[in-house]
Formats: sequence, C-alpha cells, structure tokens
Amino acid sequence: MFGYVLRRLLGAIPTLFLVVTASFFLMRVAPGGPFDQERALEAKVLENLNRVFHLDRPVWEQYLYYLGNLARGDLGPSFIYRDFNVQQLLANGLPVSIQLGGLALLVALLAGSVLGTIAALRQNSWIDYSVTAVATFGITVPNFVVAPLLSLIFGVWLSMLPAGGWGGGSPQNMVLPVITLALPQVAIVARLIRGSMIEALRSDHVRTARAYGLPTRMIVGVHALRAACLPAVSYLGPAAAALLTGSVVVETIFGLPGIGRYFVQGALNRDYTLVMGTVIIIAVFVVVFNLIVDLLYAALDPRVRYD
Amino acid sequence: MLKLAVIRPLLAGALAAAGVVAGANMALAETTYIRGNDGDPETLDQHKTSTVAEAHLFRDLYEGLVINDSKANVIPGAAESWEVSDDGLTYTFKLRDDATWSNGDTVTAEDFVFSFQRIMTPETGAKYANILFPIKNAEKINKGEMEPTELGARAIDEKTLEITLEQPTPYFIELLTHQTGLPVHKASVEEHGSDFVTPENMVTNGAYTLVSFTPGDKIVMEKNPEFREFDSAAIDRIEYLPIEDRATCVRRFEAGEVHSCSDLPTEQIASLKERLGDQVRIAPYLGTYYFALNTEKEALKDPKVRQALAMVIDREFLAEEIWAGAMLPAYALVPPGIGNYQGGGATVEWAEMSPLDREDQAIALMEEAGYGPDNPLTLEISYNNSENHKNTSTAIADMWKPLGVNVTFNVRDLSAHYATLRDTSDYEVARAGWIGDYSDPQNFLFLVESDNTGFNYAKYKNPEYDALMDQAAAEGDLEKRAEILRQAETVFLRDTPFVPLLFYSSLSLVSPKLQGWEDNIRNVHPTRFMSLSE
Repeated sequence: MFGYVLRRLLGAIPTLFLVVTASFFLMRVAPGGPFDQERALEAKVLENLNRVFHLDRPVWEQYLYYLGNLARGDLGPSFIYRDFNVQQLLANGLPVSIQLGGLALLVALLAGSVLGTIAALRQNSWIDYSVTAVATFGITVPNFVVAPLLSLIFGVWLSMLPAGGWGGGSPQNMVLPVITLALPQVAIVARLIRGSMIEALRSDHVRTARAYGLPTRMIVGVHALRAACLPAVSYLGPAAAALLTGSVVVETIFGLPGIGRYFVQGALNRDYTLVMGTVIIIAVFVVVFNLIVDLLYAALDPRVRYD
Repeated sequence: MLKLAVIRPLLAGALAAAGVVAGANMALAETTYIRGNDGDPETLDQHKTSTVAEAHLFRDLYEGLVINDSKANVIPGAAESWEVSDDGLTYTFKLRDDATWSNGDTVTAEDFVFSFQRIMTPETGAKYANILFPIKNAEKINKGEMEPTELGARAIDEKTLEITLEQPTPYFIELLTHQTGLPVHKASVEEHGSDFVTPENMVTNGAYTLVSFTPGDKIVMEKNPEFREFDSAAIDRIEYLPIEDRATCVRRFEAGEVHSCSDLPTEQIASLKERLGDQVRIAPYLGTYYFALNTEKEALKDPKVRQALAMVIDREFLAEEIWAGAMLPAYALVPPGIGNYQGGGATVEWAEMSPLDREDQAIALMEEAGYGPDNPLTLEISYNNSENHKNTSTAIADMWKPLGVNVTFNVRDLSAHYATLRDTSDYEVARAGWIGDYSDPQNFLFLVESDNTGFNYAKYKNPEYDALMDQAAAEGDLEKRAEILRQAETVFLRDTPFVPLLFYSSLSLVSPKLQGWEDNIRNVHPTRFMSLSE
C-alpha cells in the first residue's frame, strides 16, 4: 500500500514536468507581454522593466532560470502584483479556495447522496421526478447566473446575508458562494447515486442482506450505499481538484480572495509566473485527488486491492 | 420615563443592527469608509504605479509637494509655498515645518530629492517615469545615459527644495499632483529595499497609514496620528475593496455594504438612475475614446478618406444608445474643461452640420479619393475584446456603409491588441483610448507627434504639427501657448490621424451617508476631505 502510493507520487514528477514545460512555452506563444496595457509604455521604460524581470533574455534561458528557481521552491515574482511573489499570493488565496471548495464538496456529497438515495428508493414517484428535475436545473443553469441571483435575492432584497465580500472568512459570507459552487455538484452526485443505487438495490449481496432480515435502514445505508457511491467517488476526484483550486466566476462575482481569479487574470495580463504557479497547483491537486480516489476505491470495493 | 428613554435608543440600535446584518462591520465605533475601487494595485510602491485605482490609494497614503483638493484644485501639500524663476526653469519649494512622516521623522527636501532620483533610476523599473521628464536630465538618467545624482533636483537646506527643468513647463505644478511626484521615506527604502511597501515597513506622510493589504480582499488604512492636519480628517479608517466586477459593486452598494463604487456597468446606468437617483454620479472626465487610422496604409494615406470616415459617424448615437449616456460625443481630441486651454479647444467645422449634409459631403470626399459603390474600400477595425467596443465598432461599420466601405473586424485581448499597435504596422483602424495624466492640452496633443513612437498609432508625420508643438513647449505665456496648441489641434482635426469619437465620463455611486465627494474632471476624491454620517 505504502509502496504503491510512493510509486504513484514518483510517477507524477514527469507529468508535472511536462505540464510545466508545455504551459511555459504556450504562455510565451501568446502575443503581447505583461507590460502591454491600455496605456503603452515608453520604449526605454519597457526595456528597463524587461531587464528587471529577465524578459530580455532568450526564452530557453528564461525557461532554465524558471526551472532552477522552481527546483528551489521559488515560483518567482508576480507581474501584476509586484509587491508579492507567487508563493505569497498562493499562500494567501489557497486557504480561501480550499475552505469554499471543501465546504461545497461536503454539501455536494451529503445532499447529493441523500437526494440520490431517496430518489432511488422511491423510483418513478413524484419525489424521484422532482429530484431529477432539480438536478437537471442545477446542471444546466450556469454559475454566472446563479451567483448574481443569489446575491441579489439574499443580499440586496432580503438583506439576510452579505451580497459579497470575504469578511475575514466569517460563516455568513461563505453561505452564498458555497451554495453556488455546490449546486451543480449536488445535481451530478444525486444523479450518479440514484442510478447506481437502483442497480445496487437489485444486486446479490443486498438481496442476501434482505434475506438475513437486516433492517432496511442498515441495508440501504451500509450495504447498498457503499457500492452505489463508487461512480460518485470516481467523479468527485477530479471535481474536488477543480473545486478546491477556486472558481473565477464565483470569486469575481462575490469578491472573494481565492486563487481561481489568478489563473484567468494572470493569463489575460500575461503574468507568466502567476499562471505557471496556478497551473502547478492545479496539476498537483489533480494528481493527488486521482490517487485519493484510487485509494478510496480499495477501501470501498473489496475486489480492489493494491499490494 | 427614564426606562423608556433608555429602551428606545436600544431598540432603535437593535433594529438598525438587524437591518444591516450584512454591513455589520460598518457599525464600528470609529467611522470606517468602505470604498469600492476598480481593482487591486499592481504595487504600493508609488514609483512603479500607473493605474487610476492605485492613484486613489496613494492620494490617501502620501502627500506630494502639491495635492488636489476635493474639487481637483491644486493646493499646497507638503510644500507650503513655492517660487518660480523669471525664465520659468527653476522652482523653489518651501516645505512645511510640520510635514511629518508617520514614524515621527520630518519630511525633508532630501526625501524628495531621493524620491525623484529613485523614480528615474532605470533599475527601479518605473512605468511612469516619463511623466517627470520635464525635470532637468531626467530623461537621460532614465535611459541610463547619466547618473541619478545629476538630476535637476537638490536640497538647499532641510526644508528648501530646488527643482530645475529642461524647459519652461507651465503645467509642472499640475504634474506634481500625479502619484509619480510622491515622496518615499528615504530611510525605510534604504533599509528594506523593495519591501518598504509592506504594512510593517511602510512609512507614509499622508493622512492615512497602511494597516493591511490582502490581494482580492481589501486594503485597510487608518488615520496617520502624525499627519499635520490629523484633526481635520473625519474618517478614521478606510477599507478599499478591489471590485473588478462592476455589477458586484452595485449589488454591494445597494445592500449597504460599500459607501461608494468607482465605476458602473454601462448596461445598468438607465435603471440605476431610476432606482438610485442622484447617488449615481456621472461627471465629465479627462479622457478621449478614438479610432486611430494607420496613415501608412494605402487607403488611409489620403486625408480626404480619413476626413470622410470621421464625418459620417453619428457620435450622439454612440454616446446615448451604445454607451447609455456614460460617454459624451467628441468632435475634438482634447476634452473640454481641461486646464491651460484659455479660449477652449478647436473643433471641426462640420460638427453642427445636419447628418444628411455631412453624409453627402463625405460621399463626395470619398469619390474625390476614388472610392464609391463601384470601387468599395475594405477596412479592418481592430479592437480589444469588450462588449462596448464591439457594439461601437459594429455601429461605426454600419455608419460607414453609405461611403462604400466594407468593414472586417480583428478582435484581440487587451495585451495582444496593444502589443500589435506598439510593435507592428499590421492594422488599419484601431480602437484606443487616452486618459489624461495631467490637466493640460499637451497631454493629449503629444499623442500624434511624429517622434512619439509609443502612442502615435496613426504613424502620423506632419512637420507643421511638430513645429507647432515645439513652439508651444517653448512658450512661457499661457495665453499665447493656448493659441498655438489650438492651432495644432486645428491641424490635427484637418488631417484626422485619429477619429475622436467620445469623451469619457467618470461613473460613480456615492451613498448619501458620504459627504464631501465632489464630482470633478480629474475624478480625484481624497478621503481626508470626506466625512460619514451614520
């Protein structure tokens, strides 16, 4: 088991290296640079800036320089936040994104499983249809519609919750962003659980459990759900990586200091180092969560073992 | 009776608190101004800054030799008075005795000398160093051709500063209100290097000091106890929120979470005016939105074609319908209300003509140039991606149709668009905008000087125009100078290297609780002149 994890983590190193290399050169292909703004700069000023940030060197030299710094854990200075380096920005923003994404994930898992299970147990009843309808709604309505709507209704009209802002991470500031983030995930998880639960309820081991006369609650809650959540788990691996690394839409609309904005802002402003930093974080999360999913599979499904 | 008297305010307080749960952090004992800003600063190092959002922050943190009051008038700041030599080349500033840094140090002439030298040093990487190029040797120092110590700025004694200029610059005092003219605290810069901007290290000489800076969240400032007019500043604490999404700021304003917004979504202006009345502030702003015509391109070489293209554009339609009244129609390059333009700017003679007559005349001009329905002209409009730029360009393409002009579009993101304009000649018609850095016509007219390679997107080269600009630069008499600049603008309008389309407005939301916010052409709103009522 330990050996397996170690092998997987070592195997991730070439993947990350490829990701870094590809993103580095792709960034440089985009026309324009970090200092091209609405207000153009004097040629000499631009030259001074390029020298300060080593942009006057050939690209391969910049690449080696970047790799060298990366190996020392230095992600470099940001171009659009010149008072911070990329580590500081990520260290400030990542906890915010993780809190929001983590809560959303939790909500998605709990609400999704409950709704999905109920729908499966009452298959083709009005409950089932309404869960399916709500799920379809949750998947189809994009978050850039949901977020301003929630903010308008609960923040402006009803004055129940803040319309935006982080407020130092106070719970009331998190409610609306978490709902926005969780909604589509709840929908997807509910549908996945419903489908696999219907199948699980007809499976041999559940029928055996029924024959033993176990209480229904036990059968559904332990034996059926354990098998039924496998598809949801494999879906949630990559979904968790995406949720925990922030959402540009939710962060912009609610004005939250997460790292989701950095990727888009960085790309638009050609903040090479910030984009690279964000890409690395996302890549690491994807690798780690895929590993977690595989380990969870072993824990949930007795047929899977890693030795 | 007594009980009732006590209970009532309590009840009122509880109700008020319940009503503004969302804005709970505003109900602190000290007055906190929650101020929406366009976005985060790139840096809190004044010498490296360039944006409007940054300028708002620095106006509260630092005080230059001169400052803007709430109506954008230039008033003495760290300097209490100054004298100008007869040749207009030497300025002698007398600093205030009570000008103090937030750590208790005296603000000295040496601080200013150090600051001016620092911004010109190439290694500083100052984006806006060129604003201060009128100072003697500044440009050469910034280009690495001279030592920073050779700059035309010296401390005569602790409180007397002498600045020497390259040539008389009538707008020099106005220039010093810009954030590039702000001092840094010499000792902390020497001690901490580029880290002098962190909240622990920052020493300021303005009405406020920095408490914290969290990107994407907020920048907090508190009143500077050492500030010379500490008592006159009514607001104790400012929280600047970087709100990039304009609609978000509007929602938070309506929820009572922010006291002011620094910009508005144009598509909401009509409904906002209806809902919020005079809390919506739209004020003329020192900026021009224009299309640059690349005069190196075959078709656009001919001034007749450029003139015709300029004439048929219905600017009133653009301003009212596309920009929802957030812009004003422009028939000149220099915005109205600018300083040092005695007698007002030039304007095109066809501005008052009826649209139909204008169209007839433009069609005639195109025919003279050899274009018409039989020989249509195809032009490409380049613009940076934005809903409003797209709508503007599409409308203009439609207005050009009667001239037999077919339009194609080239849309890039902001960086790519401006890189194309700067580095290539690979465009025909290009959208651009210019916001003045100081209130003087020169700051607009210099855009198309032939040696201005950075901004002359039209590649316009006219010795007559350059000669007028040189003449204006050497003229010390403001009336005569204004006349020369007006001639230059007339030449500009005749040759039409740029098609001025619209003048910008500043758009703000201001809560009735916030007093002292005065609309002005520079859109400057120093917090120390404002107050808040609960």
